[in-house]
Amino acid sequence: MSAPVLEVRALAKSFGRARALDGVELELGAGEILVVLGPTGAGKTTLLRTLAGLETPDAGSIRLHGRDVTHAPPRERDVALVFQNFSLYPGWSVRRNLEFPLRAPGRNLAEEEIARRVARAAEQLGIAALLERDSRRLSGGEMQRVAIGRAIVREPALFLMDEPLANLDAKLREALRVELAALVRARGVPMVYVTHDQAEALSMADRVAVLSGGRVLQTGAPREVYLRPRSPEVARALGSPPMNEIDAVRRGERWLADDGTPLCTAAPSAPERARLGVRPEHVAPEGGPAPAQIEVVEDAGPHRVLVARFAGTRVHLLAPRTFGARPGDTIHPRIAGERVVVWVRA
Amino acid sequence: MKAVTLERVEKTYPDGTRAVRGVDLAIEAGEFVVLLGPSGCGKTTTLRMIAGLERPSAGRIRLGGDDVTHLRPSERDVGFVFQFYALYPHMSVRANLAFPLECSGVARAERERRVDEVAARLGLEPLLALRPRALSGGDQQRVALGRAMVRRPSVWLMDEPLGTLDTGLRLALCEFLRAEQLAERVTTVYVTHDQEEALRLADRIVVMSSGEILQAGGAARVYDEPADLFVARFVGSPGMNFVHGELVAEDAGGARRLHPKPPPTLWGRAQRPPEPTPGFTLSAESSAALPLPAAAAALAPGEVVLGIRPEFVALDPASPLRGRVAIDEYLGAARCLHLDTALGRLVARVGPDEPATHGAEVGLRFDPAHVRLFEPATGRRIA
Repeated sequence: MSAPVLEVRALAKSFGRARALDGVELELGAGEILVVLGPTGAGKTTLLRTLAGLETPDAGSIRLHGRDVTHAPPRERDVALVFQNFSLYPGWSVRRNLEFPLRAPGRNLAEEEIARRVARAAEQLGIAALLERDSRRLSGGEMQRVAIGRAIVREPALFLMDEPLANLDAKLREALRVELAALVRARGVPMVYVTHDQAEALSMADRVAVLSGGRVLQTGAPREVYLRPRSPEVARALGSPPMNEIDAVRRGERWLADDGTPLCTAAPSAPERARLGVRPEHVAPEGGPAPAQIEVVEDAGPHRVLVARFAGTRVHLLAPRTFGARPGDTIHPRIAGERVVVWVRA
Repeated sequence: MKAVTLERVEKTYPDGTRAVRGVDLAIEAGEFVVLLGPSGCGKTTTLRMIAGLERPSAGRIRLGGDDVTHLRPSERDVGFVFQFYALYPHMSVRANLAFPLECSGVARAERERRVDEVAARLGLEPLLALRPRALSGGDQQRVALGRAMVRRPSVWLMDEPLGTLDTGLRLALCEFLRAEQLAERVTTVYVTHDQEEALRLADRIVVMSSGEILQAGGAARVYDEPADLFVARFVGSPGMNFVHGELVAEDAGGARRLHPKPPPTLWGRAQRPPEPTPGFTLSAESSAALPLPAAAAALAPGEVVLGIRPEFVALDPASPLRGRVAIDEYLGAARCLHLDTALGRLVARVGPDEPATHGAEVGLRFDPAHVRLFEPATGRRIA
């Protein structure tokens, strides 16, 4: 990676006795989208506010384009922040809302430049036809587009977005996440995007950082974090249905569950005892050595989700829609041994 | 006897907004019904009318055999869970859980027994002595669920109870809720805008838009045989692909062919498909690459909309129907390729290891067994 746009080192921030950030390390390359994924209370919003300069860290450093901005005020950072709870100026037109950040004191932009930026942002966000409309007459999705537009027109060096789609309907979120990532990529401006939505993280990110309890548990390409989660905690942050966790012992080149159920092949170099992580799509319903009893069958769109009692635990697996199975039926799950993730057992 | 019956139920607000328009719905005892639709479709208003929190402008609501249309909420045997959990802040978790039982005069010993049972099922035992503000959002939501479940009302009414939760917890609670409902067989009406939740939970999904029911059916039915364009687009993640065209008779024997054409501006209730991408033109061969269902032979020539789910759009280098990958969405177990084509933007759901990515030119093939046809004027499915 060339010189990073953003470098965060050992960032720490506490509120009273609550530790919101606990040694956060992040790097962001030019034009990259970094998605910070974590549950409520993980420290996501504090992280963004600290990057924006709205909070001062207790320790650690933030460098933007090589310059230490740890203690610089927000206006010296050239970042644009979009919040979950967007607010537009009611009674103002969309155009006036978009122009507002460009007319801030000290900006001194030429009128043609303001018009150019507003037109470009409106075009990219598909709101060009709404420019003269009163912001009170917009739908939720349109309002959020305008809110994002207000960040875009500033043409900042870095976008910071705090769950900007969280208040929207699932359907609208799905469409906007595609558009938003494409738009940010087209602009080539790097972005830190925080969310608790794992589909957003996987689909939008160049790299995902999984945050929990103020710490980054793992950073990597979406595929890497999804397929090779470093710990069960990371595994649980991604995937629907969730990754299966099975405690196992190694007998030669085979994994056996603790109750003796044969599972799959093991690398001879693997530890004797481990917790195995297995994605539901890496368990086929038939072809394995041991039986399992189906408890639940769900039609989840393109595939069928089966929940089965297997190897002393409950496992999730994906079956094709054509797989006829009912609760109570016996299947023989086949685990793809080469896909299994091996964790040390506590 | 049906557990819940809605007959021609209407809700018009004083400002003239018709939130619910002539809804008819009969729910079996023990059934898990999900009302699914976007904001403003009338699903929450419908639920609130069943609960008695809103009064219908017209129509009748029955619970069991009783007409409850004009009864107060407390006079109906329903348990209600809101999206925004409202726990009593000055009471412990135990007291919060016991409160509905206390109100309905359940004896103390029985109260304690029910609270302990529900707390065990929801994993709330360690929290019983705490006040709500000491709990995380997820724990508060579990307590709210527990409070609805501690009573055994004849109907559970749930308004996006998992709406504000993190994904992992949502999924876990989803499964818990389903297992619990299956075990207790309490009739449940559940409101959500999340189609995945609906597909996973429901015995029957009721899709609503603009105050009306568009379709009611099992998850597989609604997914495979959507009643109209709106349902086809709303259910599925992402929704169905659409291609607008003219059905023409190829020969006297009834063979039909689809000539794609740009869609008109007004287009059913669904969002119209995007314009074709410049640079891709439709050749006679690519038009021949659009398979039609056998039932098309019986249709009169005219404008139709072809619909196909993303998982039935396969990449095939030999196909004359060409496209370029504009967006490559990784979703873990699968990827969605958003493709610019002469037919507009299409989405193909492919395996995670598919080599084609951003910028690649690909050929596309539709699986004929899964092509659906709709009437553009009404949006209704015709084949």
